Parts: sequence; C-alpha cells; structure tokens
Amino acid sequence: MTPIRIAFLGLTDAAVLVAAREKGFARAEGLTLDLVKDTSWATLRDRLVYGQVQAAHMLAPLAVAVTLGLSQQPCALSAPYKLNVNGNLLVMAPTFAAALEPDVVARLCDPLATAHDFANAIGLHHRKPVIGVVHRFSSHALILRYFLAEAGIDPDRDVVLRILPPSLMVEAMRAGEIDGFTAGEPWGSAAIEAGLAEAVAVGERLWQRGVEKVLGLRTDWMEANPETVDALLRALTKAAIWCDDPANRAELARLLAHPAYVDQPAALIERALTGRIVARQGEVPVDLPDFLLFAREATPFPWQSQALWIYSQLVRWRMIEAGDDARARAAAVFRPDVYRRALAGSDAPMPGASMKVEGALASPLAIGAPRGAIILGPDRFFDGRAFDPDRIEDYLAGFAVP
Amino acid sequence: MRLASGLRWIGCGDPSGSDPRPHLTFRVLVGIHAALAKGYGLRIVIIDDSGARATVLGEGLREAGYDDIHVVPPRGAFVARLERMAPDVVLMDLGNPSRDTLEEMLAVSRALAKPIAMFVDQSDDSMIAAAIDAGISAYVVDGLRKERVKPILALAIRRFNAFARMQADLEEARTQLADRKTIDRAKAILMAQRGLSEPDAYALLRTSAMNQGKKMVDVAAALITASDLLGGTP
Repeated sequence: MTPIRIAFLGLTDAAVLVAAREKGFARAEGLTLDLVKDTSWATLRDRLVYGQVQAAHMLAPLAVAVTLGLSQQPCALSAPYKLNVNGNLLVMAPTFAAALEPDVVARLCDPLATAHDFANAIGLHHRKPVIGVVHRFSSHALILRYFLAEAGIDPDRDVVLRILPPSLMVEAMRAGEIDGFTAGEPWGSAAIEAGLAEAVAVGERLWQRGVEKVLGLRTDWMEANPETVDALLRALTKAAIWCDDPANRAELARLLAHPAYVDQPAALIERALTGRIVARQGEVPVDLPDFLLFAREATPFPWQSQALWIYSQLVRWRMIEAGDDARARAAAVFRPDVYRRALAGSDAPMPGASMKVEGALASPLAIGAPRGAIILGPDRFFDGRAFDPDRIEDYLAGFAVP
Repeated sequence: MRLASGLRWIGCGDPSGSDPRPHLTFRVLVGIHAALAKGYGLRIVIIDDSGARATVLGEGLREAGYDDIHVVPPRGAFVARLERMAPDVVLMDLGNPSRDTLEEMLAVSRALAKPIAMFVDQSDDSMIAAAIDAGISAYVVDGLRKERVKPILALAIRRFNAFARMQADLEEARTQLADRKTIDRAKAILMAQRGLSEPDAYALLRTSAMNQGKKMVDVAAALITASDLLGGTP
C-alpha cells in the first residue's frame, strides 16, 4: 500500500476525496489516503508547497497563483484532475436582500437582472456592504467581481471584499462583521438555515459549468511518481462516479457530516448534493440540478481553456500583468496529458481536445472523443459572453474598465 | 531607505516628516527607542487567541532580549490593528483559520510598503519543515537579514513544541487519573461481590485483561457497566 497525504478544507466539494477513502476506492488501487483537515487556504497551500502533504483539495485560481508566484513562496503546481464543477452560493443578509427581487426563483434564475438590483441595493444600504470572500485567488472572488462589474459596480471601490475562511462566515454574519458572503457549501446553506442570510446568486447560474476545486500536486512530485499519480486519478474517478449517483447522496451526506470532514448536519450538506437549495429560511427548495457536479460530462477533465480563463481574470483585476510567459505557465497548470495517461485503460470519458471556447454552449452538445461521444452540458456565462482562449486580449477588451 | 541605526523605514511616504500618517512616525520613534535599549529594534507581533501559548512564546522572546512584543487575538478588525503596529515579524499558529485574512492584509496594505514574505530563508528547508511541524507560520518584512530572523523562528519552534508537549503531558495526566478511578471502582466491586482482597482484585483484573488482549481500564469499564446493569453496588 502506498500512503498519500491530502490536505482539504471542510467543504461539501471535498466529497470525492472523502468517498475515495471511506468507500475503499483508494484501497482498491493500492493507496492509503490520509486526509488532513485544514481551516485556511494559506495553511493548505503551505503544507503542499513545503511537502507536508502530496496533494491538496485546492481552489483552481490558487493553484495558478502559486505557480505564478502571486501567493507567498512560488512553486510549480499541477492540476491533472478537477474535483468538482460549480457548488457555490452568494448569500446576503435579509435587510440587504430586501431591495432585490423578492421572488427568489426569479432572482436566482436571472442573475443579470439581479446584478443590477444589487447595484441599486448598494445605493440604498446605509454604508458600503461588506462581502465575505474565501480567498483573493478563488473562483468565488473572480465570479463575484465579474457579477458586480457587469452592473457597473467597481468591486474595489463600491463594496468591501473581506477575506474570511468558509468556516468563519456564519459567525461573522452573526456578529454583523459582514453583510453577506460567497463560499462553497454547506456554509451558504448554514447561514440561510440560521435565518442570517438568503440566497442572492448561485454559481451554476453565473457560469453554468464553472471551474472550482482541483486536485493540486507539486509538479516535481507528480513527475517523480507517475504510478502513484495514475492510481490516485483512477481511484478518484471511481469515487466521483459514486458521488454523482443519486442513490448514494444520503450516504455521502452522512459521511461528510462527520466531525473529521465537514462537521455540519447531513441534511444541510445534502442540499448541495441534490441541488435542492433552500434560498430563504423555511421556504420550499429551488431545484437546481446542476448545482454541483462530480463526474458526469467529463467534469474532472482539466480543460486548459479554464486555466486560461482564470489567467484572463487575474489580468482583468490587475493581479498580474499580461504576458506570454505568464499565460503559458498558467495554462500548463492544468494537465490533461496526465489525466489521459492515468485513465487510458479505463472507460472514463476522454475528450480529444485540451481547449475549448468556454461559454459557447446554450444546450447540451455531444462531442467526438477517442472512445464514443461525450455530452457536454450548457456552459454559458450569465452575460452571454464566450471566452476564446486564442483571443484573450479581445475578450478582455470587451469589458469596460471599472 | 535605511536609517543610521539599521532600521528600515516601513511605509511608502517620505521619511523626512511630510508623511501625513502619524502612526508611521510613531513607529520609527518606538523602533529607535527599542534599538537603543536592546540593540534589536524588531517589533514582533504574536497573533494568537490561546493566552497560554502566546504567554509561553512571549516570555521566551523577552528572555532572549526582544522587548517589543505584542499579542493580538485574531478577532474582529485585528488586521487593521496589526497594520497600525507595522511589525517586522508576525508569528501565527498554522492552524489558525484567520491566516487568509492576514495574508490578504499583507497583499493589499498600503502602510506596509515592503511585501512581507513567509518564513526566513526559502532555501532553508529544514527550518521551514520544523516550523510547519511545530505548527508555526512566520511573516517577516522582506529584506530583513535572515541571521536576524532565524533565532526568533528557532525560539518560536522550541517554545511551540514545548507548549505542545506540555498540553500532551497534561492530557495524559488527565487520562491516567480517569483510568485509575475506573480501575479503583472495578476493584471495589470485585472486593464487595467476590470477597477479594485489594491485591487479589487488582491481579484478577490484570489477568483478565491479559487473557482478553485488552487494556485493564477497558476490562474495568466493562465490569462496571455489567455491574450497573445487574443492579450491583455503584
């Protein structure tokens, strides 16, 4: 048995790692997974960069940022596997949300209108709203900035973005330190259940197939241990299929509820897994079947165009200067070649291409693949723009400078 | 720029006095005072909400001659307070969930002109490993000479480890006490029910544990449960 230590944060989207360990998928591949729970992305990053763990449940933009030297010690990281797609909520205190569309279904399903309502709500609020965000290099932060800017809100001027780890968000709401937050589940649902907040936007409606957590590895370790990496990816693939199966959701929620993992009630965790989101305390859940994906539509495949979308947003928000070198290094963080090698002998869906135009699909599409066809789900951004990885400058020029 | 005493100006304004932010001037004055007094002139902030650990670490640093030490609990608007203090070294528990909040302040702070990098010397992997094992993260003003920072980190590692050992010893002592109470109660039951002497009751418990491949306290606890269920003496 080969031991692997993997760092994670207590979030519902750590599900694939938890299932790989608890349901024996790792053991079947000759691996012993030791899951190390952390409470901050900084500590998870340090454990990975300084070799205390071999792998991490990582925010995709953080893996890119560490590689580009934007987050403390620079270190080449690789993401050969995506642990999930989507899964985040933006929630705001009821006093702030009172200025938004009161019908929550309409509110969640028309994010463009909600963004403009949000701009008005800022004007009505007694001061700049303070919004909790999990990390500057998170998909949450990048999508929130995109959402706000679309309605003419300058996220660096018109609101205060306050960085807090997901597990502290609910307490910060209770203490009145923040007016709302965006985080991975179950923390949005926990705030809603406590009556402290209501849902304002769901990640799945802002970018229908949004990049979220990846399996982060140090590139040098990954290259030195190809057999272990391949075994791990095979185990995760089986675990992801198990997690996506509706028949297993109740059991998965119970596993995640354990204090060693998410440490929240199973019923709360199950909301994200089933896509039945209670948007306001005591109301009927809203059905969002694509709220959180683990396996279907080749979810784990690391499209390099998604790493480049992250790069484009870092440039957009002036977190890095545009440059050919940085762009190439950002794209190379996502490693479809390793994914293909590891899963070559399996029946995992295997796209032939490594890049695609992001946000171009309004309805499901079957694409050709070396083995049969893959159905890709709709992947549009809420404003209808598409991201062509070959035309990043044009894409960025299309946004008004805040 | 560097002042004659070897202190760096921390801040982005003109050190000649036109800077409108009084706390920066204050910082330099305090720094010079400390430098004259002890020859270190390093402001160290410990971010911690465990009073005991921060005390252990602060005492160690003071004994080593550092006298500009502050403890800030990571609550509420602690980063604003920290920013005003303009520390040279920040020490924080690796397990503290507020590390992301702190790093964000370091990334966007306008008061701290120089970026603050984690740890001492990125080439010194053994010290970094020791710090992570001990559960410490350290942020140091960039450009601070590593020979000035290394002793602080080495001391912090020793104190954190000592504190962890202390906690472990305390926990073990608590467990031992609880175990002894359980065994004493089981012995009392055996003495009352089977008319055994104390040494014989103890020997019987020990033999049963050995025969069953269990710990003595587990056998004792099982005996107490059984006795309670059968309505035996409490």
